Amino acid sequence: MATQNIKHALFCAFITLLISFPILGLNLESAGTTLELTGADSATIVAILVAAIVVFLFQTFRDSILTAAGKMPKLNRWSDRQPMPQEKRLKLENLFMTLIMISALIWPFIVSRGSVDLSTLVLIYVMLALGLNVVVGLAGLLDLGYVAFYAVGAYTFALLSQYLGVSFWIALPAGALLAALFGLALGFPVLRLRGDYLAIVTLGFGEIIRILLNNWTSLTGGPNGIGGIPDPTLFGMEFGRRIKEEGNISFHDFFGIPYDSTHKIIFLYLIALVLAFISFLAIRRLMSMPVGRSWEALREDEIAARSLGLSRTGVKLSAFTIGAFFAGFAGTVFASKQGFISPESFVFLESAIVLAIVVLGGMGSQVGVILAAIAVTILPELAREFSEYRMLIFGAAMVLMMVWRPQGLMPMRRVHINLQKQE
Amino acid sequence: MLEVRNLSMRFGGLLAVDQVSLNVQEHEIVSIIGPNGAGKTTVFNCMSGFYAPTGGEILFQGREIQGTPDYKISRLGLVRTFQHVRLFNKMTVVENLLVAQHRHLNTNLLSGLIKTPNYREREQKSLDRAAYWLDRVGLLELANREAGNLAYGQQRRLEIARCMVTEPQLLMLDEPAAGLNPAETRELNQLIISLKEDYRVSVVLIEHDMSLVMEISDRINVINQGKPLASGTPDEIRHNDDVIKAYLGEA
Ligand SMILES: Nc1ncnc2c1ncn2[C@@H]1O[C@H](COP(=O)(O)OP(=O)(O)OP(=O)(O)O)[C@@H](O)[C@H]1O
Ligand SMILES: [Mg+2]
Repeated sequence: MATQNIKHALFCAFITLLISFPILGLNLESAGTTLELTGADSATIVAILVAAIVVFLFQTFRDSILTAAGKMPKLNRWSDRQPMPQEKRLKLENLFMTLIMISALIWPFIVSRGSVDLSTLVLIYVMLALGLNVVVGLAGLLDLGYVAFYAVGAYTFALLSQYLGVSFWIALPAGALLAALFGLALGFPVLRLRGDYLAIVTLGFGEIIRILLNNWTSLTGGPNGIGGIPDPTLFGMEFGRRIKEEGNISFHDFFGIPYDSTHKIIFLYLIALVLAFISFLAIRRLMSMPVGRSWEALREDEIAARSLGLSRTGVKLSAFTIGAFFAGFAGTVFASKQGFISPESFVFLESAIVLAIVVLGGMGSQVGVILAAIAVTILPELAREFSEYRMLIFGAAMVLMMVWRPQGLMPMRRVHINLQKQE
Repeated sequence: MLEVRNLSMRFGGLLAVDQVSLNVQEHEIVSIIGPNGAGKTTVFNCMSGFYAPTGGEILFQGREIQGTPDYKISRLGLVRTFQHVRLFNKMTVVENLLVAQHRHLNTNLLSGLIKTPNYREREQKSLDRAAYWLDRVGLLELANREAGNLAYGQQRRLEIARCMVTEPQLLMLDEPAAGLNPAETRELNQLIISLKEDYRVSVVLIEHDMSLVMEISDRINVINQGKPLASGTPDEIRHNDDVIKAYLGEA
């Protein structure tokens, strides 16, 4: 056992050397017209050796380290408690949501402009994560191309406004519906696929959409993107300094207050808040409806679900469609917030981040997913100095989570159903 | 009500089921027995639509159903359990029963989202039916446990209850007594008889427990290596030389 451990540890240390030495220990420098290979300074070499030794030590004592880690206090003490009675839980949940909503409503008026903008982004990720939670967490369909639907929502608004002058409020349902339609279209070819195969096909789908947007220059402007996407209006009131469209009045003129660019940002934040809240409520309701339960049944055991009369086609397509619908929502808000979109905003990394949010939060758990969305979006902003290491920290956090809490921050809890005895 | 004629199922070079015939009348318990690997489960898989048989016909209430997708067959009232329990483990016991009724529910999204009275009424009905069957199989107390955490015998009963809430006409049970202790087997025995007597369903049963089979079956079909070996009442089967030989030969 011990020798095997050491063998394994040596192997891991060797791999560490093998990977890091060529990357960090060798530099290419241009000398005139040619390239020259130079060794790095001794500090780097020492660092690489130290890293290898650390890997060796960790792997040798891995079992004892991990058991010690397992004994550490739980990150979230609540998550393992017994289920509480339904009435109490509902009350608590409602109280919690009311408190959150109230503070979220006050929030934009007490913090800086930048914070409000960031909060809007958080809310967009909340919507995305809630939607993906339907597909991955509830229906158990690993979707790596989710960003495609986000892109569809955003581009729908951008294109509609550019070519037809359509406003935000019409583009919002249009974007969501079109994204849902794309979800349906993706659903058909992947009906028979599960697990890894499904993941690969959805990944491909995400890339197809992005590449299409990138190359269909005549329509989408290609890599140059689309700019000048209008801000949302409030009953026809515009938030800009000057009116853009004939017949509208501006918000500050109407209320007779001086122009302030934060009005617009706060307004967008509030729209995102309301939409995120609607998504939350709608999905929560769906979860206790026949559709929601059949998603979970399909995830748990497809064969049993079919033997009880659930059609795989219907269940999978509804999960993809509804998940995509909320991504479309998020995309429209995103386009409006940025005012400019390009395919670069819809790379695979976005899908990966949203997926990470769902996994971190706890598959299927809405509150967990919301908390994780907040954490994953805000932490990198707080740690700006480390922005170069953002992905590194992210990866490390994921590994740690999988060791400590593979079920996520707040695993999904079952709803308690009261039954009356029947005669 | 169910008639299987010359059913054959070939997997590549293996003829797992060869010319098996079977018929089930209303309110009757028919057993299929045979040594391991005889092809019993494969017959079930063909009847429930998991496989499209390579030969023969299956008629359910006069309708040919071979090759019809599984979920459509179960909607016709032909529901099955599995040799290895297949519950929705992470869902609670009630939820398992609710899912089973969802094909009865109108899955209209809007009426559910705004909770129309009609929707509530139907939901209450399926809750009541779930409560009734949980009580019937003695699981009402455990209604809000996760199904995966139940004891094995309880899981078996839940699986049967989950079929019964769909109000089937024909129930197919694949080795329901496997892994049960003698007391549980006796209970199961009672339950299956009551399904026939009180709820007027027909049952097709695959079982290795001979005492159970002999006690509750109206008729028995024996298959050996995919081929029909004998069929008749329990008494006839008990004294059939071919059957005795096949079972002794296996032992
Ligand atoms: N999907 C399949 N592909 C290939 N061969 C199969 C398949 N399903 C079953 N078989 C084969 O068909 C034969 C009959 O299997 P079946 O499961 O029907 O037996 P059984 O009578 O239910 O046995 P047991 O009593 O062990 O459950 C076996 O030889 C099995 O290996
Ligand atoms: Mg079998």
